[in-house]
Amino acid sequence: MDWQFVFSQALTQAIGPTMLVYALGAIGLNLQFGYTGLLNFGQAAFAAMGAYGLALAVASFGLPFWWGIAIGLVAAVVMALLLGIPTLRLRADYLAIVTIAAAEIVRRLARSTVWSETTGGSDGLRGFSEAFFAMKPWGDDGNWSFLFVSMESGRLTVDLGVVNFQYSDRDLWVMVVGWTLVLFFLAVMGLLVHSPWGRVLKGIREDEEAVRSLGKNVFAYKMQALVFGGIIGAFAGFMFALSRANVQPDAFTTDFTFYFYVVLILGGAARLFGPVLGAALFWFLYNLFAQGLNQAIRADVIPPSVLDSTQVGPLVFFLLGLGMVLLLIFRPQGLIGNRKELMLDVR
Amino acid sequence: MRRAVLLLSAAFAGLLLGLGVNSSAVAQSALGVHGTLENQQDEPVAGVSITVAQADGTEVATVESAEDGTWAVPLETGGAYVITLDESTLPDGLLVRNGRPQLEVEVNSDRTVLFPLDTQLAEGVTPEDPDESSSDEDGESAAPGDETSGDEVDEAEDGEALGEIEDEGGATRAVSLLFSGLHFGLMIALAAVGLSMVFGTTGLTNFAHGDLVTFGGVAALLFNLTFGLPVWLAAIAAVVLGAAFGWAQDWGLWKPLRKRGTGLVTMMIISIGVAMLIRYATLFFVGGERQRYTEYVGQEPWDFGWLVITPKDVATGSIALVVCVLVGLALVFTRLGKATRAVADNPSLAESTGIDVNRVIRLVWTIGGALAAMSGVFLSISDGVKFDMGQHLLLLVFAAVVLGGLGTAFGAFVGSMIIGVFVQMSTLVVAPELKYVGALAVLIIIMLTRPQGILGRRERIG
Amino acid sequence: MSADQQTGISAARAALSGVAAEPGVAKPDPILTAAGVRRAFGGLVAVDVEHLEVQRGSITALIGPNGAGKTTFFNLLTGFDRPSRGTWDFNGRRANRMRSYQVARAGMVRTFQLTKALTRMSVMDNMLIGASSQIGERMWAGLLPPLWRQQEAANREKALELLERFKLIDKREDYAGELSGGQRKLLEMARALMLDPKMVMLDEPMAGVNPALKQSLLEHIKGLREEGMTVLFVEHDMDMVHEIADWVAVMAAGQLITEGTPDQISADRRVIDAYLGAHHDAAQR
Repeated sequence: MDWQFVFSQALTQAIGPTMLVYALGAIGLNLQFGYTGLLNFGQAAFAAMGAYGLALAVASFGLPFWWGIAIGLVAAVVMALLLGIPTLRLRADYLAIVTIAAAEIVRRLARSTVWSETTGGSDGLRGFSEAFFAMKPWGDDGNWSFLFVSMESGRLTVDLGVVNFQYSDRDLWVMVVGWTLVLFFLAVMGLLVHSPWGRVLKGIREDEEAVRSLGKNVFAYKMQALVFGGIIGAFAGFMFALSRANVQPDAFTTDFTFYFYVVLILGGAARLFGPVLGAALFWFLYNLFAQGLNQAIRADVIPPSVLDSTQVGPLVFFLLGLGMVLLLIFRPQGLIGNRKELMLDVR
Repeated sequence: MRRAVLLLSAAFAGLLLGLGVNSSAVAQSALGVHGTLENQQDEPVAGVSITVAQADGTEVATVESAEDGTWAVPLETGGAYVITLDESTLPDGLLVRNGRPQLEVEVNSDRTVLFPLDTQLAEGVTPEDPDESSSDEDGESAAPGDETSGDEVDEAEDGEALGEIEDEGGATRAVSLLFSGLHFGLMIALAAVGLSMVFGTTGLTNFAHGDLVTFGGVAALLFNLTFGLPVWLAAIAAVVLGAAFGWAQDWGLWKPLRKRGTGLVTMMIISIGVAMLIRYATLFFVGGERQRYTEYVGQEPWDFGWLVITPKDVATGSIALVVCVLVGLALVFTRLGKATRAVADNPSLAESTGIDVNRVIRLVWTIGGALAAMSGVFLSISDGVKFDMGQHLLLLVFAAVVLGGLGTAFGAFVGSMIIGVFVQMSTLVVAPELKYVGALAVLIIIMLTRPQGILGRRERIG
Repeated sequence: MSADQQTGISAARAALSGVAAEPGVAKPDPILTAAGVRRAFGGLVAVDVEHLEVQRGSITALIGPNGAGKTTFFNLLTGFDRPSRGTWDFNGRRANRMRSYQVARAGMVRTFQLTKALTRMSVMDNMLIGASSQIGERMWAGLLPPLWRQQEAANREKALELLERFKLIDKREDYAGELSGGQRKLLEMARALMLDPKMVMLDEPMAGVNPALKQSLLEHIKGLREEGMTVLFVEHDMDMVHEIADWVAVMAAGQLITEGTPDQISADRRVIDAYLGAHHDAAQR
């Protein structure tokens, strides 16, 4: 059994394209849930707005790439407004139920056969990412090496001896853009949450009536947080669609949203770097378990009568669910949260 | 605390362990191919002949689809088979949608083979990949995070009750849909009453309640398949187990959390974790395929001319109605019922009048677990057990509870009936695959216009 | 008692001295005028106030037995609840259609019976969030610190002064959740002053405060009047009302049953009946 391979794979994934999707989605959620206390259980739908906005525009309607991005963003904003206007004046769990329902509506509409000629039904869409990969500033067949970094026919290898990282050319471009976005949004969030605007959001999280009694238009602030968090969610959707070069409706189930929550809570809610650390750890652990178990089965360390390879997925997600429950009970502040802050009596 | 969580998951895992091992054994002993023929409206297509031949052309069997559209051919040995649907035996105007009436499949278990039927050949569908139309056990192989979740095939079965309704003209269809809607509504109500009472007494929006429904269906599957109990006995056992599960959840998890003063939002997210735990444990042990009990599958419906309904639906519906009425009466007339309502109204006031709030909450969890399990068993008798059945139901339960006004048991019941009927009747005008969308849209519209629900009092909220 | 405060009392009391002790009586210089305010929950009428005026610069107490509708009336006036009908003017502006945050911006700031300190924020942040018209509270401006840094510094200065005055200066970097109940009451009052209100609405400011802090809270409330603010407060404790109120309005069963100076009120038979009646009912139940 090749532990080095398992470990390298898990590390490679921990900073790779999919981790960036989780990081971006959780950054948006951090603004909504971590700082403002909004229970958005439809972050998957915001990601779907981005992914499908782009895919539909480019693949089905033949619009240019940047139009697709714009349409995805507008769709996310519209959805935030549609969901926020009725619910943001109500108790917090109403938003939760409405967003979870809206996310399910979006998914079911996307997979419906009624307009599957446009949306691709449950098969989804592909063929919208060429323009994105054409923007890659380096050639397809670079061959070079520098110390422990080497590029060979479109495959980058960073060999550190103990572990090595390998990325395809396309992954690399996705990662360059993805990390740029993550850093950009972290910078924006850093400025925002340390501004008086961010202070009002935190106040709303603590007690919105108190903030209202101090002359702040709580509704407007919540709406801004929902919209901006949704926009970041749409960017997660862009990255998701582009990194796979396809979109499929069943990727955007409520479970997708819950993983954003796992990531956020793992890293530490209301901490600037919480989502990024959480995403890296979440995706590292997922890959470590999944790859490790698969390797163990292949190497006959675990006999098939105990666990066969089709059961690895459910087992890993079972462990993630268990981990989330244990985390919330024993370390609710996450990796970098402040325990003292959480132990304060809220009322 | 740690003890409790582990105990909870271990208990559940243990429950499923016997089932998982056994069900895979069952699957291996039963080799064959089967399927259900349905037109675009999800109505069964009968009398279509299907031929199963070995790869070398030797014919194994030719069967005709039954009244409910099902067909099945048991096989002796695994391997490659060719399944051919004789298009000349299809009713007028129907065609195999992907233009592939002949499929080659690899058989190593009892596998589903689907022939999508349509009134005309869809444009631009080129017969490329037979696997797209024949359902593999892809529900099992697909990791939940994967994009190809297997429910695209099974989705249609959510409305199987519908499938049993033959197209006998608009009025009959409407009446039959009304009844199937009432039946569905009662199933929602069984789950909704528990969800609503838990919310009322503890303030917790329990996202794992749908998975208590799944738990019921799975528990009955365990008793039915593994222990060989008849379905009625398995159902009773599952409801008892559901009650125990509800009790244990409150004992091992929720009460300790309340005692620690854990916030409601944290508890809500913990409930999501619990939901994932239950769901993936089920997937792990039971697999991603829809499984059925040994009895009452493909039951011959009663045809009254104006109404077509299966006896099993009449039976489960009646039981559900009686149970709902009993729960309602108990809430109004018994001491514990009154105490429950008092706690829901104002926990601290109730406590000061000498009501043991924690005991009431424990009771609510127990009854909620039992009712959810009952809902799960009854739904499974109609549609089979699937690991994510409760998750899909949960949103409708939310819709029902919100419609009736959060936290009131009677409102939850009325809301459930409305949602159930709405979901089924809406298929008169929208495609069946979109029926849930309609119901969820209603949920959002209710939020917009009457957030207190149709029966709730306005001052209950903010 | 200082000479300043003596004159303060006499100024407010003098202005009200000629006013008849009857419900809904007109005041010489009202800052708040309410008419026909009614709030019904289902069939139950919680508030039904025909007419009430609050004298500018006075400390007015709103008293009454439990369930008299005092807090509901408070919620209505501050925009936290909507009346079934009724109008009121605040400081010359029609205020019954304002939302709660607009009421606060107009200069009527409230506190809560159960204090609403923002627990997981520092005492300083609790204060700063109170400051009104902050540039940096707009989302886009928040991204550009140079736009709001100067204003923030001025607000911080003001907050420090108030914290000094309310003896919370040593706690400024602590979480508000770490304060005692009485300190939270002080913080809430100090925070309200960050808005430079014209009128301060205190909902049971003494509830849950230990006796040692009570006296200093009383002095702070009197201090508000010295600075020209109007105070309307809900209270149960008649002794305290007697000590600081210039005028007392009495509610029972949602209605305003009488008004008057503290001395007149303590002698009023109807008030005693209202309280005793409530106790009487409670005893029977």
